[in-house]
Order: sequence, then C-alpha cells, then structure tokens
Amino acid sequence: MLSNHHVKYVIGLRCKECGSDYPIAPQHVCELCFGPLEVFYDYDAIAAEVSRETIAEGPQTLWRYGTLLPKPSEGVIDIGAGWGKLRPAPRLAAELGLRKLWLKSEAGNPTHSFKDRVVTVALSVARSFGYRVAACASTGNLANAVAAHAAASGMESVVFIPHDLEAGKVAGTVVYGGKVLAVRGSYDEVNRLCAELVAETEDWAFVNVNLRPFYSEGSKTVGFEIAEQLGWRAPDVVVAPVASGSLLTKVAKGFREFQRTGLIDSADVTIHGAQAAGCSPVANAFAAGAEDVQPVKPNTVAKSLAIGDPADGYYVLKEVRENGGRVVAVPEEDVVAGIRLLARTEGLFTETAGGVTVSALESLVREGAIGPDDETVILITGIGLKTLEALGPQEPTALIDADVEAAQAIVTGGVSQ
Amino acid sequence: MTVTVKIPTQLRSLTEGAPEVQTSAGRLGEVIEALEERHPGLRQRLLDEAGGLRRFVNVYVNDEDVRFLDGLSTEVPQGARLSIIPAVAGG
Repeated sequence: MLSNHHVKYVIGLRCKECGSDYPIAPQHVCELCFGPLEVFYDYDAIAAEVSRETIAEGPQTLWRYGTLLPKPSEGVIDIGAGWGKLRPAPRLAAELGLRKLWLKSEAGNPTHSFKDRVVTVALSVARSFGYRVAACASTGNLANAVAAHAAASGMESVVFIPHDLEAGKVAGTVVYGGKVLAVRGSYDEVNRLCAELVAETEDWAFVNVNLRPFYSEGSKTVGFEIAEQLGWRAPDVVVAPVASGSLLTKVAKGFREFQRTGLIDSADVTIHGAQAAGCSPVANAFAAGAEDVQPVKPNTVAKSLAIGDPADGYYVLKEVRENGGRVVAVPEEDVVAGIRLLARTEGLFTETAGGVTVSALESLVREGAIGPDDETVILITGIGLKTLEALGPQEPTALIDADVEAAQAIVTGGVSQ
Repeated sequence: MTVTVKIPTQLRSLTEGAPEVQTSAGRLGEVIEALEERHPGLRQRLLDEAGGLRRFVNVYVNDEDVRFLDGLSTEVPQGARLSIIPAVAGG
C-alpha cells in the first residue's frame, strides 16, 4: 500500500474548498464538504532538489518531472506518455495575424491524446495501492489510454463509454482486450454511473473518480513541457479546450509550481478556455458573469468535450478570471472549419476538440483578447483519425486509370475541390 | 409508499452505514428536513450556509439532476428515488 513515505515530496491530500487534510489514499472527495481533494506537496523540499539540469537528464516522457508528481517509489507504468513536440505554427500565425504561435500537439502520445498523461500517473499510483483492475468513465480518449496502459502493465480494464462514440475511439479501446461497456446515455450519465459504482467496487481503480486527485496531476505536465520547451519560461497566452475543465486548471497549476520551485521566473500566463456551442456550460457561465456553472444537455460534434456537468467548471471560471482569460464557445459549424484550417496551414490533423481550440483562437484574436505580439500556445489534445465521422464522407480529387495522360489531365486541369 | 434515498459513502456514518434510507415525499427541501430529523447532521453536509445545495453535491430525483428541475423546490413524489452523489468526478 502506498504511504506518504513512498512518495517523497507528497505531504498528503488536501480539500480544495475547506482545506481539510487527508492521508494519501484512493479518495477523491472531502468527507466534510464534498470538495475535490488535491495532491499537496512539500515545495521547499522539491525546490531544494529539483533543477533544470536534473529534469533535462530525465526520461523522454513526462516522468522527467517525477519530483513534481505523485511518483510511487515502487516504479511507474511508463509507455511513453508526454514529452511531445512544441511546434512553431508560422502559417497559421500569418493567417490569423499573430507573430508567435506554437502548437502543443498530443498526437504523439501512445494512444494519441493527452489522456495518456493522466493515465500513466493514475495507474502507477493505483498499482502501488494494490489495484488489479483499471476503470474509467470516458468520452473516448481516456478509454483508449486506460485500456492501453492496463494492457501494458498486466492489469485488467473495465471502461464505460457513451453508446454513440466515434468508431475510431471504440476500436481504439476494444483492441487492447479489456472490457468495454457502452452505456445507453450521455457522458454525464456514464459519469454518474461510475460515481455510484465506485462505492460498490472497492477493488476497481476508477482513474477519474477515486484516483482523480492523482490522475489530474498528469495534466500539469503539459504546462511543465511548454515552459521547458520554450527555454524555461512561460508563454503569454495558452488556449485550452474545456470538457471537465481539469486540463485548463492543471496547466495553470503547472506554471505556478515551476515558478514556486524556482524553475521559471514568472508564471504570468493568460489562459483561455474553448468550448463548442453545443456544449458550453462554462462559456455560458463566463458570459453571464456567474460564479457557478449551470449544467446543460450536450449536443455537439465535439464528443470528447461533451460534458454537460463539468466537475472543474467552477475552478476554470476562477482561473480565467484571475489571469485575464476568457471562456469562449465556437459555433458548431466552426469545429470542422478549425480542423481544416489547422490541417491546411500546418499539416496537423486534429480531432474535433482541436478544431474547437483552433476556432476559439481565431475568435479570441478577432475579439482582440489575443494581441498580435502575444506569444501564444494552443493545446491540440488529440488526433483527427479518431473522429473521421465529423468530416463526413471524404472523396479523392478524382478516380482515374493508371495512365499518364489521365493523371496529367487532372493535375494540369486545375481541378478544385 | 415513501421516497428511497441513496446515501453516498461519505454520508453513511450518519445512517449507521446504510446505503439507502426511506423518508416521506414532499419538496426536496422538505425531504432534506425529514432526513435531518432521522439522521442529525445530514442537512449541514448537504446544504451550505446560505441554505442552498452545496456546490459539489449533486441530487437526482428519478435520475434527473435537480438543477434541471426546481432545485430545492423540486417535487419528490411518492415512490421516487432520490440519489445524492458527489459532483467531483470524470473528465
């Protein structure tokens, strides 16, 4: 069983709302106020030990930041999550009138989305607690990551997904051999089912329920990597998609922790959130000036963002209001336009969530929320091959015989799409 | 017929460990008062100082989140199933 002694720099879990302290355990909710529990570190001890050099010498995965993560001394399940490319995006920048734009692409992860980051952390901790079964509620990407990490570590997996997911996300889970339960209902209903199941299945590690405090820490590493890859400094602006809201809040936490431990000088970053109009509870609350998020019934092409009752929506609102950011909703028809714009300008094929983020970037630039000189990083959290349905039927430019003249006729004829 | 209330693990210390308890029908606010009489301390765990449902508590009447209904004024009819579930999960 994992104890505080086995996670060197972790003091315990602390309620984000009322501040109550708890020991390290598979527990996600404060018993007093139901607030979320968060991993709490000894930052002075970390600052005394961590350095840019020790990180740079670490593995080419997110475990290079092990001193700033709940890393069990028994070892981790590392199949290569993290340390993805930060790519300059000059052609997209030129099209939008920006000078310095970067893409943080998560497609290079083992299952091609940022969810591998949270799962490598959650299941490493789960295994050290003695769990043999990995479980989750998922809109697709998380299911892929849980099933893959479970397979690679010899754990069993049971994942719960809405019944109407894209074929690529279903196949990309089933292939790993675990159990996949498609639930007749929305993601929010799947999530509720898992929140109830966790009380009845003590030997299951639900990465985003009872392991959620550890799971969510994995998302910090997106912020860590951006800072390291920019040469140990934070950018001016980050644009992140918002589903539960955990990613956005943890990226902000990542920059702050790097500053707190002396790895960067300033964590002064404006973070904007992106949602699709068909599921925009956090953007709605932001626009209304509300403190709390009123849940919605999602109807969006961006299924990976289709969380109508986002667990961290309240914290996203707090975060963006403190750092001068916004949460915007883009029209549904702009989601695919965003996918095509990124593909056409930068040669990167993202999934629907990335389309939402690119369109949100466009809209934030248009509104003046992002200025031409703001160095901006957009989070492209998943790969387009998993959400082909969103594009509709795609046809080749032409169907020809294997004939030189036929080929030349098409190419020189200036065939347009 | 009464109302069946599903109790999350975090609150079972107040129900002698029972995962479900029975209470009488009424508006949600009244149902919580009735629960408080039988299980003192429950109200404080469910409601904040202003008397509203706590931010991280979700309550469902027959599988519908009361925030889509009338909040604490939601009618909880005879035979209904009331579920109290921690809101922090998923994503």
